[in-house]
Amino acid sequence: MLTDFNFRIIMEYLPLFLGGLKATFFISGVSILLALATGIIACSARISSIKALKYPAIAYIEIIRSTPLLVQIYFLYFGLPTLGLRIPELQTGILALTLNSGAYIAEIIRAGINAVEPGQLEAGVASGLSYLQRMRFIILPQALGVTVPPLLGQAIVLVKDSALLSLISVAELTRAGQIMTSERFMPSEAFFTVAFFYMCIYFVLKALADWSQKRLIFREAY
Amino acid sequence: MMSFYFSRLVEIYPFFFTGLWMTCKIAFISLFTCTILGFVLGIFRAGDNKILKFIIGIYVAFVRGTPFVVQIFIIFFILPEWGIQLDAFPAALLAMAIMGSAFICEIVAGGINAVPKGQWEAAVSSGLSFVQQLRLVIVPQSMRVILPPLVGQYVLLIKDTSVVSVIGVMELTRVGWVTVVRIPEGLMVFSLVGILYFSISYPLILLSNYLEQRMAVK
Repeated sequence: MLTDFNFRIIMEYLPLFLGGLKATFFISGVSILLALATGIIACSARISSIKALKYPAIAYIEIIRSTPLLVQIYFLYFGLPTLGLRIPELQTGILALTLNSGAYIAEIIRAGINAVEPGQLEAGVASGLSYLQRMRFIILPQALGVTVPPLLGQAIVLVKDSALLSLISVAELTRAGQIMTSERFMPSEAFFTVAFFYMCIYFVLKALADWSQKRLIFREAY
Repeated sequence: MMSFYFSRLVEIYPFFFTGLWMTCKIAFISLFTCTILGFVLGIFRAGDNKILKFIIGIYVAFVRGTPFVVQIFIIFFILPEWGIQLDAFPAALLAMAIMGSAFICEIVAGGINAVPKGQWEAAVSSGLSFVQQLRLVIVPQSMRVILPPLVGQYVLLIKDTSVVSVIGVMELTRVGWVTVVRIPEGLMVFSLVGILYFSISYPLILLSNYLEQRMAVK
C-alpha cells in the first residue's frame, strides 16, 4: 500500500508540481477577479427594473447554474473555433471559469442585497437619497459584509473547478499529476501530491472564510 | 455545411438519449446512496462521540478540499495498485458516493445542530430510545433546515456526474465529446448536451428555490 510510497520521485517532479501550483494560483486569481466583475454586472442587470437587462441576466444565470462546468468548458473549447475564434486553451479555460463563477457570484450578491431589510431602503427613499446614493450609503455597506463568507466559499469552489481545465490540456496542478502518471506510471505519488497541494489552498481559504464569517458580518451588518 | 452537420446530428440522436439514460442512472443511484450515507455520517458528526466526529471530519475535509476530478483519478488509478480492480461504471459510482456523502453529511450535521438542545433533553426525558429521538423529534425538525440545501446539493451532484466522463463512462458529456470528434460543430453538439442537462437540473433548482421560500416562513 503506502509502504512503497516513493518520495524521491516526488522530489524529482517537484518543479513540475510547483509550476502547476503557480498556474493554478494564476488561473484562479485572474478568474475570481474577472468573475467578481461579471457577477457585479450580472447582478445589477438582474435586479434592475429594465426588462431588456433583467431577462438576459436571468437567462445567463439560470443557464450557467443548470449545466455542468465541464460541458461549458467543452462548449467553448470545441465551439469557439467553429465560430472562427481560435484562442489558446488557457484563455478558453479562464473564460469558462469566469462565466461560470460570475453567475454564482451574481446570485450571492443578490442574496446579500435581499438580506438588507426593506425598511432600510424605505428610510433611504424618505431621506431623499437618489438610487445611487441609497446603494452606496445604505444597501451596499450592509450587503457586502454578508456576501464575504459565501464569496470566499465560491473562491474555494473555483480553485477546485480549475482542475477541470486539465482536461483541455491547460498545464495546471492536476495536469502535472497526469503528466507524471503517464511518464512514470506512479499514480499514487502523483495524485496524492496533487491532492495535498489542493488541501493546502483549501485550508487557507477555509480559515479565511471562517474568520470572515465570525468577524465581518457583525462589524458591517449589525 | 451547418445544415449538413445538423442532419447528421439528427441521425445519431438516439446516441444522446443513451448518454442521457446513463447520466440519469448514475445520478439516481448516487443520489440514493449519498443521501443514506450522508444522513448516517451527518448524525454521527453532530453526535457526541469525539473519535467518530474527528474521523468523519478528516474524511469531509479531504473530500471538500480536493477537486472531484482528482478524487476520480485516485479511485480509478490507485485502487488497482492496491489490488482492487474496478470497471469505469462502479468506479464512477464509488467516487460519486464518497464525494456526495461528505457534502450531504455537512448539511445534515448543520441541520441537526440547529435543533435547540432542549429538544434533545425533552426527547431523552420522555424515555425515547436514541433511534426514536432522532426519528420522532430531531430529524423532523431539522428537515426544515436540511431540505433546501439538500435539493441544491442534488443539482450539484447531477452536474458533477459529467466529470466521470474522464474515466470513459459513456454518459451525456462523454457522448458529446465522442460526437464532436466526428461532427466538428462544437456549439451545436454541446448546446444539445447542455439542453439535456438543463432539462434535468432546472426543475430541481426551481424546487430548491421553492423549498427555500417555503421553509423560511416560520
